[in-house]
Amino acid sequence: METRRIVLYLNQFFGQIGGEDQAHIAPQSFDKPIGPGLGLKGLLPKNCTIVGTIVCGDSYFNENLEEASATVGEMIKDFDPHVVIAGPAFNAGRYGMACGTVGKIASEMGIPAVSGMYPENPGVESYRQYLYIVETGNSAASMRTALPSIARLAGKLANQEPLGSPAEEGYLSRGIRKNVFAEKRGSDRAIDMLLAKLQGEEFETEYPIPHFDRVDPAPAVADLSQATLALVTSGGIVPKGNPDRIEASSASHYGRYSIAGVESLTADAYETAHGGYDPVYANQVPNRVVPVDALRALEQEGKIGKLFPYFYSTVGNGTSVANAKKFASEIAHELVNEGVQAVILTST
Amino acid sequence: MQLKVGNIFIKDLQFGPRTEVKNQTLFVNREELTGHLLQDEHLAQVELEITHPGESVRIMPVKDVIEPRVKPDHDGGIFPGMVSKMFTAGQGTTHVLKGVSVVTTGKIVGYQEGIIDMSGPGAELCPFSKLHNLVIVANPVEGVTPYQHEAALRKMGLRAANYLGEAARNVTPDETTEYELLPLHKYHELYPELPKVAYVYMLQSQGLLHDTYFYGVDVKNIVPTLIHPTEVMDGAIVSGNCVSACDKNTTYHHQNSPVIHDLLARHGKDLCFVGSVITNENVTLLDKQRSSDLTAKLVEFLGVDGVIISEEGFGNPDTDLMMNCTKIENKGIKTVLVTDEYAGQDGTSQSLADGSPLATAIVSGGNANALVTLPAMDKVIGNIDPVEVIAGGFKGGRQADGSITVELQAIIGATNELGFNKLTAREY
Repeated sequence: METRRIVLYLNQFFGQIGGEDQAHIAPQSFDKPIGPGLGLKGLLPKNCTIVGTIVCGDSYFNENLEEASATVGEMIKDFDPHVVIAGPAFNAGRYGMACGTVGKIASEMGIPAVSGMYPENPGVESYRQYLYIVETGNSAASMRTALPSIARLAGKLANQEPLGSPAEEGYLSRGIRKNVFAEKRGSDRAIDMLLAKLQGEEFETEYPIPHFDRVDPAPAVADLSQATLALVTSGGIVPKGNPDRIEASSASHYGRYSIAGVESLTADAYETAHGGYDPVYANQVPNRVVPVDALRALEQEGKIGKLFPYFYSTVGNGTSVANAKKFASEIAHELVNEGVQAVILTST
Repeated sequence: MQLKVGNIFIKDLQFGPRTEVKNQTLFVNREELTGHLLQDEHLAQVELEITHPGESVRIMPVKDVIEPRVKPDHDGGIFPGMVSKMFTAGQGTTHVLKGVSVVTTGKIVGYQEGIIDMSGPGAELCPFSKLHNLVIVANPVEGVTPYQHEAALRKMGLRAANYLGEAARNVTPDETTEYELLPLHKYHELYPELPKVAYVYMLQSQGLLHDTYFYGVDVKNIVPTLIHPTEVMDGAIVSGNCVSACDKNTTYHHQNSPVIHDLLARHGKDLCFVGSVITNENVTLLDKQRSSDLTAKLVEFLGVDGVIISEEGFGNPDTDLMMNCTKIENKGIKTVLVTDEYAGQDGTSQSLADGSPLATAIVSGGNANALVTLPAMDKVIGNIDPVEVIAGGFKGGRQADGSITVELQAIIGATNELGFNKLTAREY
């Protein structure tokens, strides 16, 4: 088998530089295994070699995140590894965050990373999607049980062997939904699940419902006649021809379109890019989705101060919540910066 | 009352001088069927093509897939109230041409949806890749409205299936299944020891190309109602939707509705299947409240211990799904939901647009946002050009070598929420 190169990331303590008094040290690179690396050496598959160890103080890493990340990234690159092992960090919060960040840096370089953490370590929640985190106890006393699992996972990743589910491989769920084929078709699985539920037996839902954000409505704007009001839609209204190529479903971006001097959205100039509803009525009169005409009338009557000279538009159809959150955050920042006091959000 | 369903297994599909079943081959008289379909004044052009499993063929955009069936004890075709005279479906005898389907394609109103690949990775994700398909490429006359266009294509597919179904009228089936239909109270007397189970069958009804029909009635305009499980087998429910093709139910899905068939197969063994409620997925809150209230009422009225609730589509109907779940659970009746997921291309996003703490049992048909690359095919039936603008397509998805990268969303039936497939998603 071809030789596989592994790099280890450790904090000052496991890197054998010192305790809390050495937590301020900047990243250092060694071309040999150190600390837990010595234990891992005997547990890794024969073709895997720990070619180097990067050590950084926990305080330094967390207080100089950008600089530490850049330096550690360079050091990883110099070793040209197949896999990065960070930690294990057990329940040490700052160490866990550093290991998670190292995992993210590696994953962005296309290098898989493995760590070990106690499930409540904040590094798990923040970084679990970027690396494989083996579940450990809450202190270094569980080093002996953690290392074999870390070595096994790192070995599989180094040799590009397929990985099983978190339960099969002993890593904490990364929160990544992957498609697989089940043994039975869905209707039959539903019946099995219902019978188990009815009989009070254990069953496993195929999708655990996450905690949903419930946002309290903001207080009403005290005086609309002085307010600048903006229109934001997930109904897909765009200038004709959809210049930004916003997708009919699963939108990856949104558009910002000037309506300065536009009294009404007309069918010759605007249309919908949305694939999830009957587009006929929206295309006939785009104001039905983005009511520029009605707001211009209110502006004339003095009921609102003014209409913000741009509207924002994306397609809600099949768009992931993660993308929607990102769009919303960017749009909200822009609107706040430009002095908008109220927004009408139109959906379809 | 009973329904006898006789399956006639078809191993090949060919054009021939007359439309008939001979030696497990379905022969189709191309000219006769074309002429039959062109009687619709809204259609300008109809072309027929045949494809078989394993061929290097891509069909796109697909509007509907229909299984040819006939009732030998009735004159005329199935799909009562839609393209045939009215009768109550699900009783008597039905002959099924198993292994073939009618696939409708051609220019479709608005977005051009739905891919079927007859071979390659796309074929593993699509149930219709395993069938011998008679593909109808149809284009409308100038000046039809989008609504007339959609209706013409929908009815054309059903008429073609009925035309083929006629060939099964006097053929002896290879296998027959009998379904007994009883008055409601008998179900409660018959298997006192078995759990009583019902099915809540949610039907897409959000507007043009997102509609479903029940005996010809637009489901937007129904209130939830009870059906006998066998009614679907004679085409009581017809699809009028194909946008975001992965989780839209074709007419074929309804004819072979999996929860209904699997509940019937287990009826009297480990459960007692009491009845089914169909309901809609309209877009306004008032409609959602009305339909979920009345669905929960009917389920309670059936006196069951548990229900399976299947969704059609995603996003907006996730709300209908959760309202149905919550209201039924609050009556002390246990639920299992069948849905699919939109977890983003990387699988890290929240999968559903709505949730309820009572939705503790969910079956997933897979992540529709997951990407798949489909290699170039030797032949495309229909039109490949819209591939970057269909739901599931994106700019740059079409490569110079003819291959296309799309979300599963673009493949018709890939993440079906009636539980038709084995695909699911797990957390890694």
